Amino acid sequence: MAIVRPLGQALPSTAAEVAAGEAVLEVEDLTLRLGGTTAVSDVGFHVERGELFCLIGPNGAGKTSVFNCLSGFYRPQQGRITFLGESLVGQRPDRIAERGVARTFQNIELFENLTVLDNLMLGRHRHLPYGVLAGILHAGAARRIELDNRRKVEDIIDFLEIEAHRKFPVGMLPYGVKKRVELGRALAMEPKLLLLDEPVAGMNVEETEDMARFILDIRAELGVTIILVEHDMGVVMDLADRVMVLDFGRRIALGTPAQIQRDPRVIAAYLGDGDAGEVGPPRADDGGEVRP
Amino acid sequence: MSALRGRDTGARASRAGLRGRPGLVTDYARDQAIWNTPAKKAWTLALVVVVLASPAPMYLSRDLTSLLTTVFIYAIGGIGLNLVTGYAGQVSLGHAFFLGLGAYTAAFFGGESTATLHGLGLELWVWLPMAGIVPAVVGFAVAPLAARVRGLYLAILTLGLLFVGEHVFKEARSFTGGAGIGRAPAEPVIGGFDLYARHTVLGVELPRETLFYYLCFALLIVLGVAARNLARTKTGRAFAAVRDRDVAAEIMGVPLLKTKTLAFTLSSFYAGIAGALLTVVWGRTTPENWNLFLSVEFLAVILIGGVATISGSIMGAAFVVLMPRLVESLAPHVPLIAGRVGEPGLLTVFQLQGMLFGALIVAFLVLEPRGLFGLWLRVRNYWKAWPFSY
Repeated sequence: MAIVRPLGQALPSTAAEVAAGEAVLEVEDLTLRLGGTTAVSDVGFHVERGELFCLIGPNGAGKTSVFNCLSGFYRPQQGRITFLGESLVGQRPDRIAERGVARTFQNIELFENLTVLDNLMLGRHRHLPYGVLAGILHAGAARRIELDNRRKVEDIIDFLEIEAHRKFPVGMLPYGVKKRVELGRALAMEPKLLLLDEPVAGMNVEETEDMARFILDIRAELGVTIILVEHDMGVVMDLADRVMVLDFGRRIALGTPAQIQRDPRVIAAYLGDGDAGEVGPPRADDGGEVRP
Repeated sequence: MSALRGRDTGARASRAGLRGRPGLVTDYARDQAIWNTPAKKAWTLALVVVVLASPAPMYLSRDLTSLLTTVFIYAIGGIGLNLVTGYAGQVSLGHAFFLGLGAYTAAFFGGESTATLHGLGLELWVWLPMAGIVPAVVGFAVAPLAARVRGLYLAILTLGLLFVGEHVFKEARSFTGGAGIGRAPAEPVIGGFDLYARHTVLGVELPRETLFYYLCFALLIVLGVAARNLARTKTGRAFAAVRDRDVAAEIMGVPLLKTKTLAFTLSSFYAGIAGALLTVVWGRTTPENWNLFLSVEFLAVILIGGVATISGSIMGAAFVVLMPRLVESLAPHVPLIAGRVGEPGLLTVFQLQGMLFGALIVAFLVLEPRGLFGLWLRVRNYWKAWPFSY
């Protein structure tokens, strides 16, 4: 007899803001060089409204680099990133966040000394339209806005089933819960585009299933467009609408999960080429990854 | 609406029973209040009553009244340093510079003009706000520089600021009186009424320290509540986000430069107010008063009291100000401690004070990094669960 409100009532659905079938995100000719290494090279793709788009590839393929370009940590040398008609290249991360792009990190980046509640409230930072002085007085609008947002945050806490942890400093929580809190913090931002960097890494089967369910629910209830980087192929193939495969910074395949599974270039990238298909010659500067 | 929105499928009847549980919070407003438990309310009220009823001519002697006034002022300065260093995580060794700037700003606006010194001779309601605003503006101007570096580099940068400031104080003779000479503080006068003079109220003669004691206490309450409100709302969370993980803070839409600048500005405001009040207690202040040792003393206030807590800043201030005095009054009863220079003994009181000060900072850092506030939490949690261990 849980009294949980559906998430769609707590947070506004983002679906209404974008016309169906329209691209939420368009990336063209994206190239990122880090020192001598070309981390991302001529990558282009687009993501449609409400789509669950997966980004996969062997270690060092450039998946997280693409995320870092999207969220403004890296400035690509070439290419265009258009989000809802506006360019994101060269924008500060906090500006991009304001446009409605939220993300989680591969290695959890929560505010360890703050409670779960405060972490989620930080996700709502840009939804708190009161100034410093109003905060100091903590009366009238500031107080009301804080309470309204506390309610929204509590709905997210209910949704993610982390009620028991809400007043604990995040640093004390176990790994699986931290991953959920980070997802919650991204959700609290009311994103139009959600970037999830390996949300089920290091999780057992049960935790993975929970997380997969959360991701599907988020999309179903809020209509958020999601880009997912993941190594767990089971999750990718079950969840994704479309999958893009990167290898050494290049896009080697893009298609539905079924197409990707049969693609000889993808098989070659993961299992070695043999005579399965053509791949580019190994480069001297690719660093780290040795091909079998 | 209810905070207790259990997902359990437990019966409604049992929930109705739970509703009456003592101490159960069922709305967010009460849960988020500063004084969210009856115990907190009672402790605060008791403390306020004791403080209000204590100064000379009631229980405390005149010099102890002065000492407690110094505690309040150190607490205001400590809260300021805690905002920038405790909450926002930006180490500052330049706090003494902002205290000094506040002191001399106050002396300029509040002091009389003489042949060698500039002064406007205005009243407290002008010089006290100015003593906060001028350092805040300087803090705002310096912050973009300081926001570019962090950790050790920031510590050195703020140390540099302190030395530059000390030099400027020494050279600006017409404002500060110059090295070794200094100038008298601003007079705490409101509407012709001198707070720092002897008054007779209802037939009771109040010594000159008493009214100023009340003024400083009132300011501490106002500025303390303001800082606490700041800490629990948007800005305070942004500070903590920048401290804990600046990368993620930006992703949340927290602008780093703006947030750090705000932290420095607010901190300098508090420091300036504290500096201006401190000179009134100290009397004449020379540029040498605002040195590195004072900055370190304020760092000790927040380290011993409790980093990123307001009540901790107050506890730390009480500890740092009262400890030397306690050592001094206990010294005659301890063998081998000389009361003053020249007396036979192993250590003088001053050496003991210095050593204890250093040792306590080390002890707190190692044993209880949360400071006195952390000790308080331990005691509280012990008694909360008593007689069980958890």
